[in-house]
Amino acid sequence: MSLLELERVSKRFGALTVADEISFSVGEGEALGIIGPNGAGKSTLFNLITGNIAADSGTVRFGGVDVTRTPPMARCLSGMGRTFQIPQPFEKLTVFENLLVAGSFGTRRREAEACDRCAEILVDTGLFEKANVLAGGLTLLQRKRLELARALATEPRLLLLDEIAGGLTEAECHQLVATISAIQQKGVAVIWIEHVLHALTSVVERLLVLNFGKVIGIGKPDELMASRAVQEIYLGIEL
Amino acid sequence: MSFIDTIVQGVLLGGLYALFAAGLSLVFGIMRLVNLAHGDLIVLAAFLILLLTSALGLNPFLAALIAAPLMFLTGWGLQYFVLNRTLGKDVLPPLLVTFGISIVLQNGLLEAFSADSRRVSIGALESASIGVGSLNIGLMPLMTFLSALAVIFGLNQLIYRTALGRAFRATSDDIVTAGLMGIRPQRVFAMATGLAMVVVTIAALYLGTRANFDPTSGPSRLIYAFEAVIIGGLGSLWGTLAGGVILGVAQTLGAAVNPEWQILAGHLAFLTVLVIKPRGLFPRAVD
Repeated sequence: MSLLELERVSKRFGALTVADEISFSVGEGEALGIIGPNGAGKSTLFNLITGNIAADSGTVRFGGVDVTRTPPMARCLSGMGRTFQIPQPFEKLTVFENLLVAGSFGTRRREAEACDRCAEILVDTGLFEKANVLAGGLTLLQRKRLELARALATEPRLLLLDEIAGGLTEAECHQLVATISAIQQKGVAVIWIEHVLHALTSVVERLLVLNFGKVIGIGKPDELMASRAVQEIYLGIEL
Repeated sequence: MSFIDTIVQGVLLGGLYALFAAGLSLVFGIMRLVNLAHGDLIVLAAFLILLLTSALGLNPFLAALIAAPLMFLTGWGLQYFVLNRTLGKDVLPPLLVTFGISIVLQNGLLEAFSADSRRVSIGALESASIGVGSLNIGLMPLMTFLSALAVIFGLNQLIYRTALGRAFRATSDDIVTAGLMGIRPQRVFAMATGLAMVVVTIAALYLGTRANFDPTSGPSRLIYAFEAVIIGGLGSLWGTLAGGVILGVAQTLGAAVNPEWQILAGHLAFLTVLVIKPRGLFPRAVD
């Protein structure tokens, strides 16, 4: 059974169609990459999955349950974790407190139980030394790591990553890829929006190409990138 | 010696003002809600304590202990069912609604208890004092100040050391993201106002035993609370205590010069701080 299943999900803002009958599914522990030009509706697609935006039509199923009308918090509690393109940490809380909030409220566990797990996540995401620093004082890379760490603290079955590698150096990017691979190997399904293609393809098994809110193609990365439609739209090559 | 005595009385009075202000500061800090009915809620709690002591013959401290959970529920319900609906980008609705609640409370209390000014009697404690050197320190003012210290210490521990406190701060920081992390902002806000009402009950206990009060006493308590919060700097609880103390000392010094100058001196101290440090003495580092 698929973990996440979208069936003909559409969303319009006035005359602008940001999601046009999008259908795809992601299995348990699978990794799917999403690419597409700016404004293709990638982040909107995430918002539709997490429930920050309500779909006009279509169905979103998570773990076999119809969650199309479920509020974001309930989806978080049922195992959806997400990072934002622009990191949004709680700036006046320390890094560790950011995780604790996510780890206790996002899982309905007692804080004492969440503590050890949060410490482990800090180690995994390379933030351990920053544990007691206010999140407002972090660099961009650290903020992105914190986004990832905080999403992990909610103990997701599905992790949604929104352009988490953008703006990072090659070495930083490499570390991040390793971290995400490790997360996926623990059985967490990953959907990853990314412009840094080589980072993406070193983790995901399948790619989904989006343009003007439409799914242009979905399949193995190399096959997909070789297809004419994708090259035209995504790479902007006139053939 | 009378000068030192005046200062000490002022500091202790500051404890009462800090108690008035702590609840206001807590609510404002967490949800940016200015509660114009805060003073009237203090008076409501004072009447509740009065009712428990006169009707059941309870000791005022025991009465406050019973009143506290009732006030917590009042605050929780008020926030959850009424004030939460007023929160948003526009600052006007909460001001209008709490102003309305203030009027309703004042008139409700007037209807129920008449316009007579009342006082909660605590018997011998009222005039009890302890001598320190040549100073005579009233036991109740001293307890007021120590309670203010305890309340502010306790609130700080709660805010910085507990899961609920982290939820307070996370929600205050970014309400949308807090919601995504599984926090229910509506309930967090309700808890905060409930808690503020517990502090209000403590303030009411000392207000009611220290001086006379009547149904229209609320607004001036609100003004002292505001002044203490703003002198101290918005969002800092220890700053609120300092603000209360400055206000208390200014008032007693003014009263020592001329009894009619008590209130005026407090307001002048407040205006002076505003001129010199518009953001208060201990503003929060960010925002």
